[in-house]
Amino acid sequence: MKKYLSIFMVMLLVLSIGLVGCSSQAPADTPAEENGEEATEPSADDDVIRIGVFQPITGANAAGGELEVEGVRLANELYPEVLGKKVELVIVDNRSDVQEAASAANRLIERDKVSAIIGSWGSGFSMAAGDAVRDNQIPAVAASATNPLVTQGNDYYFRVCFIDPFQGVVMANYAYNNLGARKAAIVREISNDYAVGLARFFEDAFIELTGDPDSVVAIADYQTGDQDFTSQLLNVNAQNPDVIFAPGNFTESALVIRQAKEQGIDIPFIGGDTWETPEFIEIGQEHVEGIVFSTFFTSETPITSESETFLAEYRKRYNREPAAVTALGYDAYILILDAIERAGVVDSVKIRDEIAKTQGFEGAAGIISLDENGDAVKSAVIKTVTDGKFIYMDTIEPF
Amino acid sequence: MSFELFLQYLTNGISLGSLYALIAIGYTMVYGILKLINFAHGEIFMMSLYFGFYGVSVFSMPWYISFIVAIGMTALLGMMVERAAYKPLRESPRITIMVSAIGVSFFLQNLAIVLFGGRPKAFPNVRLLTEVMQIGSVSFQRLTMIIPIVTVVLLFALLYLVNNTKTGMAMRAVSKDHETARLMGVDVNRTITITFGIGSILAAIGGIMWGAKFPQIAPFMGVMPGLKCFIAAVVGGIGNITGAIIGGFILGIGEIMLIAFLPNLTGYRDAFAFILLIAILLFRPTGIMGEKISEKV
Repeated sequence: MKKYLSIFMVMLLVLSIGLVGCSSQAPADTPAEENGEEATEPSADDDVIRIGVFQPITGANAAGGELEVEGVRLANELYPEVLGKKVELVIVDNRSDVQEAASAANRLIERDKVSAIIGSWGSGFSMAAGDAVRDNQIPAVAASATNPLVTQGNDYYFRVCFIDPFQGVVMANYAYNNLGARKAAIVREISNDYAVGLARFFEDAFIELTGDPDSVVAIADYQTGDQDFTSQLLNVNAQNPDVIFAPGNFTESALVIRQAKEQGIDIPFIGGDTWETPEFIEIGQEHVEGIVFSTFFTSETPITSESETFLAEYRKRYNREPAAVTALGYDAYILILDAIERAGVVDSVKIRDEIAKTQGFEGAAGIISLDENGDAVKSAVIKTVTDGKFIYMDTIEPF
Repeated sequence: MSFELFLQYLTNGISLGSLYALIAIGYTMVYGILKLINFAHGEIFMMSLYFGFYGVSVFSMPWYISFIVAIGMTALLGMMVERAAYKPLRESPRITIMVSAIGVSFFLQNLAIVLFGGRPKAFPNVRLLTEVMQIGSVSFQRLTMIIPIVTVVLLFALLYLVNNTKTGMAMRAVSKDHETARLMGVDVNRTITITFGIGSILAAIGGIMWGAKFPQIAPFMGVMPGLKCFIAAVVGGIGNITGAIIGGFILGIGEIMLIAFLPNLTGYRDAFAFILLIAILLFRPTGIMGEKISEKV
């Protein structure tokens, strides 16, 4: 009897591993028809246009990916058709992993035969997909990837947000003018292309502002997934900076700031667009009060009529204020749809050409005009945390 | 470096080291009895954090009740894992059980993704534990004082259990020889189940302390602490409880001091643990508290 029981238990274990193996690719809340696992034969079905969405849905960056997918889905619900055909989203998970990002993009192109791709949250993942997108001539629109290398030298990659050289200057200006900082320190996530890039642009801009090549007094690194940052913070603090610029993933950044305050380090922290997730405040608690970061969009000052539609629909569905990346995910989708409409045919090269021509397009997060690199030129928004909420402070126009 | 600053580094090192030590005890204890490296230990640790999280945030229990429930559930989980994945293989070669342990580890990681989602969650903040205290110029969370105390108390409790109780005697007998122990009337299955239960309780206590200190939980978070605490156990001499604690402190303080004195090596922080492992295996394979010196559990 006991033997059968143990055999049964082992079978159960094996079975559940099998089950998990299938479903770990697609999170539980992804409807079957959208996740591509079920859509076995991406047939030459002429009534359906497939748009791939590749995002970190599991792993360290999952919260960011999820916020962006929210926006894409909302846009898909509001605008489900183009050229009389139904638009189908194929959502794949890049697991917050650079290697997985490249193969996820390949999977979208080769197996799911998508006409265009949206994503990914995280510049590193978007860069990893760059070759696949260019070689297969499938246009991709990144929603919130800000590293300039995402679109540079790649005719098929576009984005609906500003880039880090601008963001770095905005934050350096803020530190220099608003905080009166003359000495800055940088704490960056070394294994993250976005954080390293943004840190460099900040450093360059800050040095230019102060005119002192030694004005960045300390640079400390940590790895994605690290949990203890106390040593780095003490090292940085020993140099007495006026401000600490700490670009990186929201969870690590929140822990960095929290541990700094717990060590009695009372230096203002500033950062970049990745911080705007609910987890940042949940993990950082009262320690992240007063931090300042730049982002793309604020719901407090809607810019276009599309913003009004987006905000109304989002609030109705989720009963809270949208994050900036959600608005950008929404924009990436409607931009692609508009390009398909203008192209008149579902041909990825023609769609690409139309996306490249985008000028003065009204998105939820502002007017999108793409420059020759495929980057949107847009204003930046500065936000802070007060009483456990993200609060709008200022808007900085592009220079 | 000023003396105050050094004290601050040391405090941080002790705080991290005692966490490593706490989790390493569970590793080493299961190894001592079964000669099994329970690679799923890190995942059991991870599950305990989720149990604690759900207790507070979904069932809105007060944190102390939620943590006790989490410890109980983790013990149950550990015993279930033993029943399902290790017990049927008890007579198989040791390598088979080890592969099974790796399987359990992957299984639990993916189960956590399915059950709890891949999005990282924030562990409930317990003011009593996380409040910042200050002695002179050294400031730290209250937790920093609590964790070493918990670790030492658990150490003595375990040593007492193993050396002075009937269950402990049975454990020692099983660790020497299953067959003979059975012939002497020891209920081997029960003893092993208890061992896993206690090992999992230790993982859960370590997990809750970890969660209070680093309040971020995710399905893959058990991997690194699991590996590091395994290293701590090996450095101290795997199978030896006191050794595991020494190993934990060496690892924690070593990591902190490495960055303190050589800031350029920040990126090699995890490498430090693995280099330590290789060095120990090359020069003193039995660990600091080698088997011959002290009694195995």
